Amino acid sequence: MPQAAQTALGTLNPIAVLFFVLFVISTLGITYWAAKRTRTTREFYAAGRSITGFQNGLALAGDYMSAASFLGIAGIVSTKGYDGLIYSVGWIVGWPIIMFLIAEPLRNLGTYTFSDVVAYRLVARPIRAAAAFGSLVTVLFYLIAQMVGAGTLFRLMFGLPFEGALVLVGALMIAYVLFGGMIATTWVQIIKAVLLLGGATLLVILVLSKFGFSYGALFGACQELYPEQNVLAPGAMYTDPLDTFSLALALMFGTAGLPHILMRFYTVPDAKEARKSVFYATGFIGYFYILTVTIGFGAMAIVGMNKITGVDAGGNMAAPLLAEALGGSVFLGFLSAVAFATILAVVAGLTLAGASAISHDLYVGVIRRGESNEREEVRVAKAATVGLGVAAMLLALAFKGQNVAFMVGLAFAVAASANFPALLLSITWKNLTTKGATYSIYTGAFLAVALIVMSPTVWVDIFHKTGKAAVLADIEKIDTELAGKLSGTSDPNALADAQAAADAARTAANARMPRAIIPYKNPGIFSMGAAFLVAILFSVIGRPEPNRDKRFEDEKIRTYLGIGAE
Amino acid sequence: MSGKTTREILEDPDFRKLYRQRRTIAWSLTALQLALFFGFVALVSFDKPFLAQRLGPGSTTTIGIPIAVGVIFLSWVLTGIYVRWANTTYDGLVGKVKDKIGN
Repeated sequence: MPQAAQTALGTLNPIAVLFFVLFVISTLGITYWAAKRTRTTREFYAAGRSITGFQNGLALAGDYMSAASFLGIAGIVSTKGYDGLIYSVGWIVGWPIIMFLIAEPLRNLGTYTFSDVVAYRLVARPIRAAAAFGSLVTVLFYLIAQMVGAGTLFRLMFGLPFEGALVLVGALMIAYVLFGGMIATTWVQIIKAVLLLGGATLLVILVLSKFGFSYGALFGACQELYPEQNVLAPGAMYTDPLDTFSLALALMFGTAGLPHILMRFYTVPDAKEARKSVFYATGFIGYFYILTVTIGFGAMAIVGMNKITGVDAGGNMAAPLLAEALGGSVFLGFLSAVAFATILAVVAGLTLAGASAISHDLYVGVIRRGESNEREEVRVAKAATVGLGVAAMLLALAFKGQNVAFMVGLAFAVAASANFPALLLSITWKNLTTKGATYSIYTGAFLAVALIVMSPTVWVDIFHKTGKAAVLADIEKIDTELAGKLSGTSDPNALADAQAAADAARTAANARMPRAIIPYKNPGIFSMGAAFLVAILFSVIGRPEPNRDKRFEDEKIRTYLGIGAE
Repeated sequence: MSGKTTREILEDPDFRKLYRQRRTIAWSLTALQLALFFGFVALVSFDKPFLAQRLGPGSTTTIGIPIAVGVIFLSWVLTGIYVRWANTTYDGLVGKVKDKIGN
């Protein structure tokens, strides 16, 4: 097994700093340029609808390819093999759903946020309030996960203090969005997507060159190193079919309910460009996931599981360690800077989506009842950007040292349960009522959050962390004592007694193990199912919307022909 | 909307045609995509040994690898099929209807 050589991870890498400074200078330059073009709401939220399908495809990919998917998938694959591959599949399959069901109606009916679409033929105020709530919950969990990830990552990569990384990331993301709005955010995404795709491609070429450019040889090397684990087949992560199915639902439909992704469809001039952008995005993202999986197997074969989990138990450092093993500190520095840029771009997109929910949906839609002017709305959006950015920094600080990996999953679960059902039904189902849509959003959001809090991931691993650790320590103690007794005697009766006593003690200890209220880790099937049920139930039993047929017909013409679309 | 009323547009044969076609294509492709992904999820849940089979004697690769990569690739292909259809046939019909209603 390849063993712990030294790593430059955790020390300040001058190459990384150089690349990072270059990235920051160029993106701030773009922000300065964009600032002169960010005066109206159309410019702030939607880049003046001036982005082409290809550019938006790259930007969508940039928004979507988070550090969690880059470092996370490579990490899971490098330590668990095939189980990680299932995540990459789950993270791509939502895109066709966006294409077939969401993209066109979204582009043709809305102006800036997905709640424009849900509110199109329903009563605007309650819908706006609910949709803004759904958006903000999704955005906040996602933001916290990314920010805490950034803090941890930079401590691991550069030895920077957690708080320093938070301030750096927070200040930059606020600057991009505040001054450059959607134009700057889009170009930050595009640059980041190109860097990430380029860096990952280079890493994969280096990996494959070690194996004669043969995947068979790479897989063979992995199997030879870990013959006792079946690294090329699904294993321990997917034992409960219901839980697996629930995860699959959240990954697939969560993608179609992410506010920062949906918002990007308003940056292109029309539905045709919107379609093209999904096609490009799906291609880039699919290619990227195949790269990350290759990087994961490469890290398993070249770096080795022990060293990967030795640096970070979650395996998140697999890709950087592999870069170091293959390209020395220069490549490690480059890839670290790319990881930083990745996080930065994603948090900027999230901040913009969150700020839009506050200004466009909550302030203009709910507080001002739709009566507001351009200047006021842009001012509120900018204030919301600063507020949200600071809130994200403080929340990330509060979660310092916590394992927040579950929060990305939670963001997807909320997006799939709160945002997606209401959005889909508002596009496709004539009988949907304001009450149905509103209750559906709240039900989906509360249920997704509540079920995850009561699940083993939070209830046991976070709330009863010490209880669980104590029980595990007790069991370990019982096992050591038993081993001592067994080696101290050869009397068969004494041996059997010791064995029986140890078994009883172990059972007793296990009984003290804290249990989750809900045994399932993934809430998707329940929370999303409930959201659909509630929407249908309240729409059917309640009073139909006034002018239901007429409004649905108008919506139909606009959806299908794009007449009247902005 | 100039010229025609909502009702007239809705009853226009070309509008009905594009409406029907898009519904059929969008939902068929959605069904295909769901079958593709949940078929894969079902294999992961219920038939791990199937995915663990070697591709052939002497091969190190398991069937699960091309299947997973295939799901990723086909997802992209399906979006390509939709774009191709929408950017030619569908947009053609939309243009025709728009001409008719003078928009």
